[in-house]
Amino acid sequence: MDRKIQVEVSSVADIVAARQKGRALAMELGFDGSDLTMIATAISEIARNIVDHAKRGTITFTPTHRNGARGILIVAKDDGPGIRDVTQAMQYGFSSGNGLGVGLPGAKWLMDDFDIRSELGRGTVVTMKKWLRHDQFTRNKHGAGD
Amino acid sequence: MPVPILKQRDYLIASVQAALSDSDLTELRDNLSSQVGRYRSRGVIIDVTVLDVIDSFATRTLRSVAHMLKLRGAQTVIVGIQPDVAFAMVQLGLTLEGVGTELDLEEGLAHLGRLTKRRVKDGP
Repeated sequence: MDRKIQVEVSSVADIVAARQKGRALAMELGFDGSDLTMIATAISEIARNIVDHAKRGTITFTPTHRNGARGILIVAKDDGPGIRDVTQAMQYGFSSGNGLGVGLPGAKWLMDDFDIRSELGRGTVVTMKKWLRHDQFTRNKHGAGD
Repeated sequence: MPVPILKQRDYLIASVQAALSDSDLTELRDNLSSQVGRYRSRGVIIDVTVLDVIDSFATRTLRSVAHMLKLRGAQTVIVGIQPDVAFAMVQLGLTLEGVGTELDLEEGLAHLGRLTKRRVKDGP
């Protein structure tokens, strides 16, 4: 199960592919119900951010763990123009383009951990994680043992 | 994948069949806008039952579809938003303000019936 999935993102069709692949891995890891929808929606927002601002980039999905908890690690990376003011970009309703200004702050709300690093002229890296709730984790372990 | 649009009397029914990319969504918007004129439709239902993600772009596009069609004289109802999708939309702070929403197609038709009541001619 410890596999890493990488998706190239350079078109609107890739946004759909990225969220479907991320969702599939999350399901494999034991996420269910609204967690799957939240993960897929967060992926959609950060993938669109790549297409809109950097044109192309990659998103990787990796199983992760911390102190006995299991989860999914999602890293979106691009070599685009970077974000001048990350604090401003993370403000709800602020948009440099023609979007709603909901994407990045929204993705943060949907996930458990969220980190964004950006350097002008170098690109942007968004790192986000979602952790399995205890019941999802134990159900998954039992399921794997059957 | 383009969204099929069915004409039923004074209404158009757009029934989403699979995940929509941003370009599918804008295509749907443009098709509905032109077909409302062609068929002189009074109401439009967009059935999103199969969608497992309605993100900020989809919300913005659905909202603009409804507002554009209103300017063209037609009422829009979005039906079939799944519970998990509604949950994620609320988490994202996304609303469909000013847009009719109903549980399913049946409720959507009833909704349009009420809204367009006085204007709909009797059927055959």
